[in-house]
Amino acid sequence: MGHAGLQLVSKEFMQQLCERLTQRFDCDQILHQKDDLSFLRVDKDKLESTLVYLKTHEGFVHLSFVTVIDYIEDDIFRLSYMLHNYESKTDLAVQTEISRTASTMHSIHHLWAQAWTYQRELKEMYGIDFPGSPRVNDEFVLEGWDGPPPMLRDFDTAAFCEERFVEREGRESQDVKQTMRDNLYPERGEV
Amino acid sequence: MFELNRLSEAELESGKYTKIWHGPQHPGITGNMSLELTLCGDDVVECKTHVGYLHRGFEKMMERRTFIQNFPIVCRIAVPEPTFNEYLYAAAVEELAGIEVPERAEWLRCLNLEMMRLASFLMWLGGASGSFGLRTVYQWTVTHRDYMLDLFEEMTGARIYHMYITPGGVRAPLPEGFTERALSVMNGIEKLLFEIERVVLNNYVFKLRSEGLGVIDPGMVDDYGIVGPNARALGLARDVRKDSPYLVYDQLDFEIITGDKSDAYNRTVQRYQEMHQCISLIRQMLKQVPTSGSFHANLPNVLHWKIPAGQTYVKAECTRGEYGYYLVTDGSEYLRRITIRGPSYTHAIAVMEKLVVGVNIADVAGLMVSLHTYPPEIER
Amino acid sequence: MNDIDDKLKIDLPQAKTHSPSGPPGDGTGPANSVLENAGLSLEDQQLFCDAAPVPYEPYSPEFIERFHNWIRANSMWVLAFGTGCGAIELNPLMTSRFDANRFGIQMRPTPRQASVLIVAGYSSVKTLKRIIRSYEQMQGPKFVIGLGICTINGGMYWDSYNTIKRLDRYIPVDLYVTGCMPRPEALLAGFMELKRKIKAGECDGANRYVKDFEWYKANQKRVIKKWDMPDYNW
Repeated sequence: MGHAGLQLVSKEFMQQLCERLTQRFDCDQILHQKDDLSFLRVDKDKLESTLVYLKTHEGFVHLSFVTVIDYIEDDIFRLSYMLHNYESKTDLAVQTEISRTASTMHSIHHLWAQAWTYQRELKEMYGIDFPGSPRVNDEFVLEGWDGPPPMLRDFDTAAFCEERFVEREGRESQDVKQTMRDNLYPERGEV
Repeated sequence: MFELNRLSEAELESGKYTKIWHGPQHPGITGNMSLELTLCGDDVVECKTHVGYLHRGFEKMMERRTFIQNFPIVCRIAVPEPTFNEYLYAAAVEELAGIEVPERAEWLRCLNLEMMRLASFLMWLGGASGSFGLRTVYQWTVTHRDYMLDLFEEMTGARIYHMYITPGGVRAPLPEGFTERALSVMNGIEKLLFEIERVVLNNYVFKLRSEGLGVIDPGMVDDYGIVGPNARALGLARDVRKDSPYLVYDQLDFEIITGDKSDAYNRTVQRYQEMHQCISLIRQMLKQVPTSGSFHANLPNVLHWKIPAGQTYVKAECTRGEYGYYLVTDGSEYLRRITIRGPSYTHAIAVMEKLVVGVNIADVAGLMVSLHTYPPEIER
Repeated sequence: MNDIDDKLKIDLPQAKTHSPSGPPGDGTGPANSVLENAGLSLEDQQLFCDAAPVPYEPYSPEFIERFHNWIRANSMWVLAFGTGCGAIELNPLMTSRFDANRFGIQMRPTPRQASVLIVAGYSSVKTLKRIIRSYEQMQGPKFVIGLGICTINGGMYWDSYNTIKRLDRYIPVDLYVTGCMPRPEALLAGFMELKRKIKAGECDGANRYVKDFEWYKANQKRVIKKWDMPDYNW
C-alpha cells in the first residue's frame, strides 16, 4: 500500500527509457526510486538537448518544477528538472551540476512557458543567472532585499533576524533534546 | 509561442492607459497578492502579477528544524487547505525512512484529505459566486464549511490547522458516533449543492458573465503546466488519484470527471461535480474505515532521528491540482532540501497574466477565483 | 452607558496597554515640523502633503466624549485586508454562524471608512509596508487588533528572515488576541474587550502614533528597505 504498488509495465518502461537516454546523452547516477519515479544526471551542456528530446519524442510534456540543491561542501549547485509523462504516468528528474560561484545556466523558457517563473525565483533565492529569461531580474517575493541570496547554505537566518528585527523580551528558546532529557530522564544523564 | 505583452514607455505616457493596482488590500482577490493592471478604458491591456506578501521562507526554516519539529509548521504553507502539506511531508519522510504505515491510518488519512477537499471547495464556491455578485451563497457555503470544521475538531482537535497526519500514521482514531454526525453533515451539504445548482449554475446573470471568460486553449495546458479541474474541464482525464494512486484510492469507486470546455462557467460546473464526487467518496470511506488496529507505526527515537540519504517526489491531488513535495536528505538529523510545488505557482502568475488580457475590469476578480489560486503556496 | 452587549462580557485578566519600549511618551511631537518625503521622486513629492499628522483632541464636555466613545464602540468597521493566516477565521466570523454583524462589526473595502485594522497573523516586510499605508490612510480614532501569536513575538516564524517579530514597534496596537489560530469565539471575546476599552477611553493608538511619530518611522525605515512612499500617507 502507500506509494508503491503499480504494474510492472512502468518499471520496465523507466529502465528502458533510462538506457535509451544513457546511449544518447551519457547519463549517470541513475536512481529508480519508485516504479514511476527515476532520477538521472547529465552534464550541463547536454541538459537542454535532453529536455528537448524528452519533451518531443518521449512524451514528457509536463514540467513539474525546477529546483536547486546547494551542496556547499562540494562547491556546486545541483539543478533538478522534474518532468511528467501523462501517457505512462511516470516522473523523471533530470539533474545537472553547475558551479557555485558566478553561476549561470541556459534558460528553458522557450520550451515551457511557465519556466520563467521558476527561473526568476531561483535567481532571487540562489543567485543563479538565466540569461535571456523574461523578467529574470525582477523581484519575485522579496522587496528591497539587501542581503545575500537567502537560500544559500551559508546564510544564517537566525543571526540575520536578531540583527534586523527586534524581539519581544522574555522569550527563551530551549534545546528540545536537552529539555526532554532533563524532564523525562533526569536520573539517566545520557539517553 | 510565448510572448510577454508589454507596452512601450511612449504608449504608457500617452494618456490613453491607466495603471491601477488590483492590490493586496482588495475584496476581490483570493488571497494576498496583487495584479498591476494597465487599462484602456475598462479593458485590461497588460497585467503584471506581484507575489511575495506572504513569504515566510519555509524552505529555509524547514532546513533548520529536525524532522519531527517540521511537522507542526508544515500545515501553514497553504493556509486555506492545510492537510495536504501534512500528508505529503509525512509521505516523503516515510518513504525515505522506510516506515510502513498501518492500514487503519491510511483510511483515516484519506478520510481527512477528502473532507479537506470538500471544505476547501465549499469556501471556493462562496468566493466564486460572491465575485459575480451572488453574495448570499457565500453565507450558505461558509456556514456549511463551518459544520465540517466542527467535524474536523472532533476528529483532530483543531478547526483549521489539524496537525493530525504525522510521519508514521495519524494521531488519534475516530471518536464514537462520528460516522452518524458526519453522514448528517454530508446530507446537509448535498441538499445545499442542489440548491446551488438552481441558484448559481442556472442563474442567467452568472452564466452571462462567466461564459467565455478566461478560456484556456488545449495548447496552453502543457505549455503552462495547468493541472487540476482547470485542465479536466477541457476533457483531459488527468487525476493523481487515478494515475498514481496513493493511500486507499485504488479501493474506492470513482471516475475522473471531465468537461468539454474550460471557461469560468464550465470550471464552476466541473468543481460542482467534483464536490458531489467528494461526498460520495466520503460516504464510501465512512462505511469501510477499519475500526480496530493500530493507527500509528512505531517510530525510532524522534529526537535523534536520522534518515538515510536519498531523494523523492510525492504528489497528491488537492482541490486545485497536483501538489508535490520534493525532499532530499543527506543522512543527518536535518533535511537537506525541500521544494514545495503548489499548483497555484503557474495558475496565478503565468496563466493569469495571459488570460486577463482583454477582460473587463469588473470580471478580473471572477477570473482569478475561477482559476482557484491560493497565494500562500506560491511564495511559501 | 450600559448596553445590551455588556451582558456578554466575560472576565478577562486585566490586559496592560502595551507602550512602546522606546523613547518616552512625550516624544518629539512633530506637530509643527515638515516631512521630507525623501523616498519619492521630485515630481511625486509635490503631490503629497508635507504636513505632519496632528493628534485628535477629545471633545471638551466629558459626557460628549463618552457618548462618542459609545458610538465608536458600537460601530467598529473593520478594514477588509487579509494580511495573513488569520484571515481564514475572519470568514466564519462574518457569516451567519458567528455573525459579527449583530455587534455592529462590518468589513469595509476602503481605509477611509474603516476604524479597526485587524492584522491577521504574521506580517512579511512587504505586507508591513501596505499595512502602514492602510493604517495611515484610516481616519482617527482608529484601533488595531493584533491577531495571533505572530504579532506578539513572531510565533513559529521566529527565525524567518522575512517576517517581523513584534508588531507594536511599527504601528500602535490596542489589543492582542492570542492563538494559532484564534477561534471565532476568541475573536468575538477580543472584540468585546476592545469595546470595553473604547468605552473606557483607553484606546488612544492614533494619538500615540502621532506623539512617537519619529520613533515609529525610524523602526519602519530600519526594516523596510524599499521606501518609495511618502513619509506619512494620509
